[in-house]
Amino acid sequence: MENARKLLMIAPEKCISCGTCELACSLHHEGEFRPSKSRITVYRFEMGVTIPMTCFQCDSPACVAACKTGALVKDTGSGIVTVNSEKCIGCRMCEMACPFGNIAYNAVKKTPMKCDLCGGDPECAKYCPTHAIEYVPADAAVTKKKLDFAAKMAAAIGEGNV
Amino acid sequence: MYGWTGTVLRINLTEGTIQKEPLRTEDAEQYIGGRGLGAKYFMDEVDPRIDALGPENKLIYATGPLTGMMGVSTGRHDIIAKGPLNDTLAASNSGGYFGAEIKYAGYDMVIFEGKADHPVYVYAYNGTVEIRDAAHLWGKTVPETTDLLLAETNPDAKVSCIGPAGENLVLFAAIINDKHRAAGRTGIGAVMGSKNLKGFVVRGTGGIKVADKSGFIKAIQDGRAKIKENPVTSAGLPSLGTNVLVNIINDVGGLPTRNWQEAYFPEAEKISGEAQAEENLSRSKGCTGCVIGCGRVEKAHGEFKSSGEGPEYESTWAFGSDCGISDVNAILKANFLCNDLGLDTISMGSTIACAMELYEKGFIDRSTTIADLRFGNAAAMVEMVEATAYRKGFGNDLAEGSYRLAETYGHPELSMSVKKQEMPAYDPRAIQGIGLEYATSNRGGCHVRGYTISPEVLGLPMKMDPATTEGKPDILKIFQDLTAALSASGTCLFTSFAIGGDDIAAELTAATGVTYTPDDFMTIGERIYNLERLFIMKTGYTGADDTLPPRLLNDPIPAGPSRGTVSHLSEMMPVYYEERGWDEDGAPTAEKLEELGLTAYAL
Repeated sequence: MENARKLLMIAPEKCISCGTCELACSLHHEGEFRPSKSRITVYRFEMGVTIPMTCFQCDSPACVAACKTGALVKDTGSGIVTVNSEKCIGCRMCEMACPFGNIAYNAVKKTPMKCDLCGGDPECAKYCPTHAIEYVPADAAVTKKKLDFAAKMAAAIGEGNV
Repeated sequence: MYGWTGTVLRINLTEGTIQKEPLRTEDAEQYIGGRGLGAKYFMDEVDPRIDALGPENKLIYATGPLTGMMGVSTGRHDIIAKGPLNDTLAASNSGGYFGAEIKYAGYDMVIFEGKADHPVYVYAYNGTVEIRDAAHLWGKTVPETTDLLLAETNPDAKVSCIGPAGENLVLFAAIINDKHRAAGRTGIGAVMGSKNLKGFVVRGTGGIKVADKSGFIKAIQDGRAKIKENPVTSAGLPSLGTNVLVNIINDVGGLPTRNWQEAYFPEAEKISGEAQAEENLSRSKGCTGCVIGCGRVEKAHGEFKSSGEGPEYESTWAFGSDCGISDVNAILKANFLCNDLGLDTISMGSTIACAMELYEKGFIDRSTTIADLRFGNAAAMVEMVEATAYRKGFGNDLAEGSYRLAETYGHPELSMSVKKQEMPAYDPRAIQGIGLEYATSNRGGCHVRGYTISPEVLGLPMKMDPATTEGKPDILKIFQDLTAALSASGTCLFTSFAIGGDDIAAELTAATGVTYTPDDFMTIGERIYNLERLFIMKTGYTGADDTLPPRLLNDPIPAGPSRGTVSHLSEMMPVYYEERGWDEDGAPTAEKLEELGLTAYAL
């Protein structure tokens, strides 16, 4: 059961740097097109390399461990690390604890700002034009990755390069 | 407001003043934004007869209401100014991420006026705007300038700037944003340089509101479905970029070669999109909100080892077949240099090609050029790009563009330009409609005001015979009007292979809450086109300037699939004028101006 849970699979090699994920995310969560308040952020590097960054919904989330008020909880059913703003005291320990920088604090709304997988139908995956972001069952995603790499190896062997 | 932010930022560099003013909403509704609204403000504020490099010229960064929204490839902005290359109203369009950032900072347009008394740059962080000293940046290339500016402002900011070419007032200098994206044509980089404005840095953390969220989502889903079904937008452009055209146009016999002496390049395959994908392409890239991804990130190898973004098809052509060069690495190197130094690739390559013909025919000798400017000399071509940006040696002649170059050396007929701007990459002898576009484009030789290649070669939205003139004036008018309104909205031209005015009108309506019918949209395009026409006529252009270089009218293509053909421009021109509601001298009639609400701008 655990592996059938869906995963936000990000493939930076397919990303074309368009930032559509940020637009879709901010429209859903903020009601406007506003990348600075998106829960997913696109980082553009030299040579067109771009990495979309968002919460991994860790199994042992450092942010949850750091939260002293229970404002951040790992939902055992969905696997989503969720925010309860009512309980948040604005200490920003979660921001400091996340090793990836994937949780931010909205000082205006006084609440942590992080990906909630849009409750199970993530907008970023829905609108990504190149399928660089997909929301897929975790086991299927890993199998596909393995298969893609195996196919590359097979092609190389076929060409006599190995 | 929805779609629009409702604010215009005005920066006077002479006075050092910064003002925010409300957007003129009635004008915004009637001209949408971008190229359209920018032209409207420019016409209202600037005398068309001013010196393009004088402080009276203005530089307007203009976004559309869709810029920065999740529309169908809506990451574009225009920069409007009087262009020094040919005194037309430049509206140079660029992609990347800069236009969207202007919106997030809270502005629909940013107007630069006057001239600073020393080099400066402007930094806008949302509503906080500063004019800062740029002495340490003067002389630096675009990537150097961009990195320094990001380091001293905000790493998340976006940068639009000029390179040495703009500082040195090269008449076809470009303004480059996000390091690799050019607002290229008519020399607006020189306008920026003439104002002592090295760069414009923007960081915006605000948002853009949408009037009808579900209507907008429906409109973009309809548009995206069409993009997906269309072979050009879903396969050709994403896989090969615009270089998909090298082989296609060569196969039609319309790939101008050796300064348009020929129109077929036997070695085209070596510089094609297919060859670049095999040897040079690293990745594809898209602008803000792009659903196509035509951008190229490429590497050149060997003696021309370098990397960057592009080239576009027209750049490949300009440095390739037009200069008789089949070394793709040299083409890439020249293209990257243009981005780094801030030059328009089309005018640069075509000006070098013109110099090569003058040189081979003995009208310029080697004591002037120093370099051996024979067609096909790749190293000399690359060397000339750098010489031009710094106005070194013969580069000082090249920096004036092909028209002035050819005139200086006694052979203006060898400049392959219209209204002093170099024509791109498609021979009107082989593809008749594009000749009418070159002749009537409001900024001189230009393919992106009405891209008739779409029906004439690609068969979109319907196939037309490139060799005939029938129906071309009608389709060109539609394309020119559509393109004007499309650019005004902030949409990328390449969407128009798959979607039409009705799709964009639906997006605009949902985004802004102002109802735009497909007819309204096309009327706005026509209004913009006529306003630009009035501008250039006020600067002194007449119907007599709506022509092509004599070579295209008189000298048949010597070889290849279109051998023996010439342009039949004179057959199309009267039909076009009539279709446009212009008199026989090409001036909009009083009735046409009345119909479009432009009477106040009558000649």
